[in-house]
Amino acid sequence: MTQPVLEVAGLATHFFTREGVVKAVDGVDLSVARGKVLGLVGESGSGKTVTGFSLMGLIDPPGKIVAGSVKLAGRELVGLSPDAMRQVRGRQIAMIFQDPMMTLNPVLRIGTQIAMALRAHETLSNAEARRRVAAALGRVGIPSPEERLDAYPHQFSGGMRQRVAIAIALINRPDLIIADEPTTALDVTIQGQILSEMQKLCRERETALIWITHDLSVVAGLADAVCVMYAGRIVEKGDVRAVLERPLHPYTIGLIGSIPSHNRRGVPLRQIPGMTPSLLRLPAGCPFRTRCPRADAACVNDIPPQIIDGREVRCVHVNAMSAA
Amino acid sequence: MVGFLIQRLLQAAVVMVVISAMVFVGVFAIGNPIDVLISPDVTQQIRLDTIKAYGLDQPLWRQYLTFITRLVQGNFGRSFVFNMPVLDLILSRLPATLELTLAAVLGAALIGVPLGMFAGYRPDSIAAKLLMGLSVLGFSVPTFWIGLILILVFAVNLGWLPAGGRGATVSVLGVEWSFLTLEGLKHLLLPALTLSLFRLALMIRLARAGMREAILSDYVKFARAQGLSEAKVIWGHVLKNISIPIVTVFGLEFGATLAFAVVTETIFSWPGLGKLIIDSIQSLDRPVMVAYLMLVAFLFIMINFVVDIAYAALDPRLRAGRA
Ligand SMILES: Nc1ncnc2c1ncn2[C@@H]1O[C@H](COP(=O)(O)OP(=O)(O)OP(=O)(O)O)[C@@H](O)[C@H]1O
Ligand SMILES: [Mg+2]
Repeated sequence: MTQPVLEVAGLATHFFTREGVVKAVDGVDLSVARGKVLGLVGESGSGKTVTGFSLMGLIDPPGKIVAGSVKLAGRELVGLSPDAMRQVRGRQIAMIFQDPMMTLNPVLRIGTQIAMALRAHETLSNAEARRRVAAALGRVGIPSPEERLDAYPHQFSGGMRQRVAIAIALINRPDLIIADEPTTALDVTIQGQILSEMQKLCRERETALIWITHDLSVVAGLADAVCVMYAGRIVEKGDVRAVLERPLHPYTIGLIGSIPSHNRRGVPLRQIPGMTPSLLRLPAGCPFRTRCPRADAACVNDIPPQIIDGREVRCVHVNAMSAA
Repeated sequence: MVGFLIQRLLQAAVVMVVISAMVFVGVFAIGNPIDVLISPDVTQQIRLDTIKAYGLDQPLWRQYLTFITRLVQGNFGRSFVFNMPVLDLILSRLPATLELTLAAVLGAALIGVPLGMFAGYRPDSIAAKLLMGLSVLGFSVPTFWIGLILILVFAVNLGWLPAGGRGATVSVLGVEWSFLTLEGLKHLLLPALTLSLFRLALMIRLARAGMREAILSDYVKFARAQGLSEAKVIWGHVLKNISIPIVTVFGLEFGATLAFAVVTETIFSWPGLGKLIIDSIQSLDRPVMVAYLMLVAFLFIMINFVVDIAYAALDPRLRAGRA
């Protein structure tokens, strides 16, 4: 394995709300190598977006990164000055959001918005900026890009807008792109096109990619490695084939079991029983134990991640299971 | 665009005709100017002659027809009281009101919008809370009271600023302006401040609400994720987005202040339109009242037109249906 471009260790981001401390991200470790894709999956509210924003240094009060380190190409980002962090954003780490209808400013021309992203990090002439912006649009598959520079977002379809967002993310050639469910709002054919194009573009430029999603089939097709998140922690992490084909953590098993295509027709879908626990009142020990079929007295203690079968798992019962 | 212009012009013409009829009937109902114009002890013959000379013996519909016919020729008639063409009279008073209104409304916008944006950007700061408190005051304290207090403090007690009048004026293209001389500016300051406090509070509230909403939106997060500085995010992305309600209110307030600055003009003896209309109502000077009200209607139509054009310039989504 090559040296990872991003190394996150013990990252904890808490929100200090009136009701109490929300531990949205609580001790996350992950790493991505150049040109590789890491899938970050987990149910709604598990802390995927907060993890992404923490890496970008975009956590607003009352949120705060309370512990951990984020190293990008060997440089520590936690604790950087606001201006130094601003220079990292967009140029070294870029992010794409879920809803392309909302991420572009409705009152500014497409070309103007892309040029602003470019000029945040470089000084260039108008002609040069225009040329680079058109080239960026062309690269993400927008036909006759020169003519589209003066268009406004509402003149573009959702898929085209997401392409524009991708063009913006790519334009400064970042080392890492965090894509937060960027295809969820799009229909399946457009989703497929965008997935394969992102994959191609990132591979060409050796850009590392963190792909946040609910959709395990997307992860299966796109990612090299996968992290499964639950209640602010990573419960299972490893090579994508291994995790999806032989899940070890009871939560991962439940997640894969609840995908419709994995069940035979007529048989009721399996679900994970219960609800996501409130992050304000997490039970001690394993956060999944209140919903876990294997939970027992041993789950009350904190479990460090252990390496089993070539991956990291956070469950006391996995040892016995994999041995069996 | 040409189609849009023609459509708007036709609308404006219809509105003006309707307004002129309403105004004419309304002013007719206020009272008979003859009682004010002629002293009670003149002979019956003189009285009848005068009534005839002003055309007041005709039925209402005929008076209206005469008025409209002259109006189309650009003639608003003559003031009974000042005995001069109404148009000249109004145009001679308009600049004073115009500069007062501009100073008040533009000042309120230029100061209020940045302050409101700040209050929306840092809603929990002490300065923002203070601003919000003050803006409530700006809404609730009556204008005449503010005017009187300002006169009391700055003119009477401190003696820094004059209590009324326009001061020295400079003539540019045949129009007298106060704001071009230091003395004129001093005269302008207190009445403009009086008029602007309410508008300032309004602008602060509007800009704050817009900012608070914008700052949570995805496009702002996305702009930050691109590494834009906060200054670029705010002035490059947010300002244009929140300016539609601001421009709307600016236009409405500009029209309303221009037309109804009466109280402030009276307190500060500012020789503008407001004072003219109050005087002409008292003396039942019908041609002036009618012309004034029509001018106000015309101004509102023009302002709304300009605001609509500003919308289209600000928000591309509103341009679509207009091609
Ligand atoms: N500003 C905030 N204040 C308080 N709590 C917050 C704030 N932002 C996020 N949270 C909490 O952090 C937790 C994780 O949220 P996050 O958005 O990361 O979930 P997610 O995994 O991205 O979910 P989804 O799949 O629905 O996008 C949630 O429980 C949420 O309530
Ligand atoms: Mg999310």
